[in-house]
Amino acid sequence: MDAQDLSGFPLRLEGDAVPMVSFRKVTKSYGSLVVLDSLDLDVAEGEMVSVIGPSGSGKTTVLRMLMTLETINGGVIYVDGEPLTHMPRGDRLVPADSRHLRRIRAKIGMCFQQFNLFPHMTALENCMEGPVHVLGLSKKEARERSEELLAMVGMTEKRDQHPSRLSGGQQQRVAIARAMAMRPKVMLFDEVTSALDPEVIGEVTNVIRKLVAEHNLTMLMVTHQMGFAKDISDRVCFFYGGRIEEQGTPDALFGHPKRERTQQFLSAVREAI
Amino acid sequence: MSYLEFLGQYGDRILSGTLVTVLLTVLSSVLAIAIALVTGLMRLSPNAVLRGIATVYIEIFRGTSLLVQLYWIFYVLPLFGVTLEKFTAGFVAVGMNLGAYGAELVRGAILSVPRGQWEAALALNMTPARRMIRVILPQAVLIMLPGWGNLLIELLKGTALVALIAVADLMFQVKQINGTTFLSAETFGTALIIYYVIARFMITPFMRWLERAMQRKLGRA
Amino acid sequence: MFDWRWDFTWDILPRLIAATGNTLLAAGLGYAIAVVLGLALALAQRTPSRALTLVVREAIEFIRSTPLVLQIFFVFYVGPQFGLRLSPWTAGMIAIGLHYAAYLSEVYRGGLDSVPKGQWEAATSLNLSTSRTYFRVILPQALPPSLAGMGNYLVGIFKDTPMLSVIGVAELMHTANAIGSETYRFLEPFTLVGIIFLALSLPTAAGIRLFEAWVRRKLGMV
Repeated sequence: MDAQDLSGFPLRLEGDAVPMVSFRKVTKSYGSLVVLDSLDLDVAEGEMVSVIGPSGSGKTTVLRMLMTLETINGGVIYVDGEPLTHMPRGDRLVPADSRHLRRIRAKIGMCFQQFNLFPHMTALENCMEGPVHVLGLSKKEARERSEELLAMVGMTEKRDQHPSRLSGGQQQRVAIARAMAMRPKVMLFDEVTSALDPEVIGEVTNVIRKLVAEHNLTMLMVTHQMGFAKDISDRVCFFYGGRIEEQGTPDALFGHPKRERTQQFLSAVREAI
Repeated sequence: MSYLEFLGQYGDRILSGTLVTVLLTVLSSVLAIAIALVTGLMRLSPNAVLRGIATVYIEIFRGTSLLVQLYWIFYVLPLFGVTLEKFTAGFVAVGMNLGAYGAELVRGAILSVPRGQWEAALALNMTPARRMIRVILPQAVLIMLPGWGNLLIELLKGTALVALIAVADLMFQVKQINGTTFLSAETFGTALIIYYVIARFMITPFMRWLERAMQRKLGRA
Repeated sequence: MFDWRWDFTWDILPRLIAATGNTLLAAGLGYAIAVVLGLALALAQRTPSRALTLVVREAIEFIRSTPLVLQIFFVFYVGPQFGLRLSPWTAGMIAIGLHYAAYLSEVYRGGLDSVPKGQWEAATSLNLSTSRTYFRVILPQALPPSLAGMGNYLVGIFKDTPMLSVIGVAELMHTANAIGSETYRFLEPFTLVGIIFLALSLPTAAGIRLFEAWVRRKLGMV
C-alpha cells in the first residue's frame, strides 16, 4: 500500500448509526489503470445492497477488497465501526497486520462465482472446516451447526458427497452454508448465479431470499440478475468506470433512472433478455 | 595453496578433461537423437514386430541404471566378441540410455501433432513417408524441443559416469587430482561449476536459440 | 548362452539379493529426505521474500544441472578437508537426498501452481490461517497432480543408487563389482544386476500408476 496521509480518517466510527460497512475514499488501481476512484459507500446493519454495472466497472473489486482478497491503494474501509484495512496505533492509523486482518475478517463471509468448494472434502466437511479450525468449535458443535445450515439450503441428503458429485446449483448452496457456518455479520455474494445453468438459478436465489427473510445479515451482492436484485434489495448501486454512477431504491433505480448511463445500461440489459 | 595457484598447476588437466566431456556430450547427443528418432518412429509403426523391438529396447534402457548399462557394455559385451574401446563404450552407453528416453519424447510429440494435419496430408494424397517427413516431423520437432533441452542436460550429467571406466573426462581428471592433492573443495567444486556453466550457459541458450529458429522456420514467430 | 555358468550364478545370487536390500534401503532413505526437503524448497519459493526465492531457484538449477556422481564425491570428500568426517552412507544419503529434493521441488511447484486461485480465496474468506490453508486445502489438492512426477523420481532414485558404489556404499553395483574383481567373472554379476533392476523398476512404475488413480478416487477428485 502506498504511503498516504490518513490523518483525516477516524480511528473508529462512533455515534448513533454506525454503518456496518463503510468505504471512505477508497481507491484501487493496477499500475496506471484506476479500477475504483475514491469510492464512498456506507451499508447499514441489516441492509441488502445490490451492485450492478457493466463488466470492468469495478463492482466485483468492491467485494474483493472487503474480503481482503485485494489490497487498496488509498482510503480506509471500516467494518462494524472498526477499520479493516488499517489498525490504530497510538493516535493514527497504520496498515493492518495479519492478526488485525484475521480479527476483523471474521465478521465477513463470501460466496464466489465459481463456488470454490474444497474438492477433497465432502459438503459437510466443507462446512465444518472453518468452525472447527478457525472458531475452535468442537467437532460435535460444528457438525450440528453445519447440518442445520445444510438443511436450510436443502442439502441434507447430499452432505456426504464430494463437490465433484454435485451440480453447480447444489455446490453454490453448500458454499452459502459454508460461509454462514462462520456466523458472519456481513455476507458478500459475487455473481453467485453467473456460472449456473438457467434452470438451477432459482434454487440459489431462493436460498438467498431465505437468508434475507430469516437473518439480520448485512449483504452486498454483485449480480447480473436484474429481476432478482429488484425484488430483494433495499438499495441498488449502479457502478460505471470505477465510481457509483447512480444509487437508490430498486423502484427508483430500475423504474426511473436519472442518469443517462444508467438508462443505457438498463435498456441494453433488457434487450439482451 | 591459493585457488589461483591451484588453477595454475592443474588448469591444463581440468581443461583437457572439460574438452573430453564436451566431445562425449556431442557424440552421445548425436547417437541419442538418432536412436530416439528411429525407436520413437518404430513405436508408432503398424508393424507389431518393429513396435515390440522398440518397446523392449526402451523398457530395458529406462528400467535399469546408466551405470549398470555402462559396465555391462564395457565389461560384458567383450565376452560376446564385441570389444569397444573405453571412450567409445562410454559415449555409446550414454547415447543408448538417453536415446531410450528421447524415443518417448519423439513418440509423444508426433502423437500431439493435431489430427487435422494428418488428415490434410492424406487429402493431398501424400505417401506415408512423405507425410511424416514433410508435414508431421517438422511440427513434432517444435513440440519436443523443450523436452530435449532437459534431456541434453541429463545427458551431460550422464557423461560423468564414464570416468568410472577411466575415460579421461572432467570427472576423471578432478578425481585423479583429488587423489594426489586432497584438495576436494577446489577439485570437485571447480568441476561442479564447469558442468553448471556448460548446462546453463551453453546447452540451455543453444536449445532456446534452436527453438526460436525452428519457430521462425515454421512461420510461428 | 555363450559362457554363462549356472553354478556360479546360484553361488552369487544370495549375495546380490542381500545387497538389493541395501539398494532399497538407500533408495527409501534418500527418497524420504528428498520428499520432505523438496517440499521445503518448493514452499521457500512462495514466501514474500524475492531474494529467498531467487537464491533457492538458483540453487535448485545448480543441483539439477550438475552430475549426481560428482555431488556424491563432493559431499563425501569435502567434509574431511574441513575436519568433518561423514560415513559413506551419510554422505551418500545427503547427496542423493538433496539431488532429488531439487527435482521433487519442481514437481511440487507444478502441483501447487495447478491449485486454482479460488481455493486460496475461499480459504481467506473462511479466515483459515496460512499454515492451515496449506495443510488442509492446498497441499491435498497439489498432491494428485504431483504423484506422477513423484513416482518417476522414486524409480529414478532407485536407478541412481548404483552411483553410491563410488564411495563404497555396499549396494548392488558395489557388490557386483566386488564379485567381479574377486572372480574375474563379470558376465553373471552385471547381467543379474540389470535383471534385478528391471524386475523391480518395471512393476514399481506400474504400481505407481495404480496408486495415483487410487489417491484421486480417495480424495473424491474423479
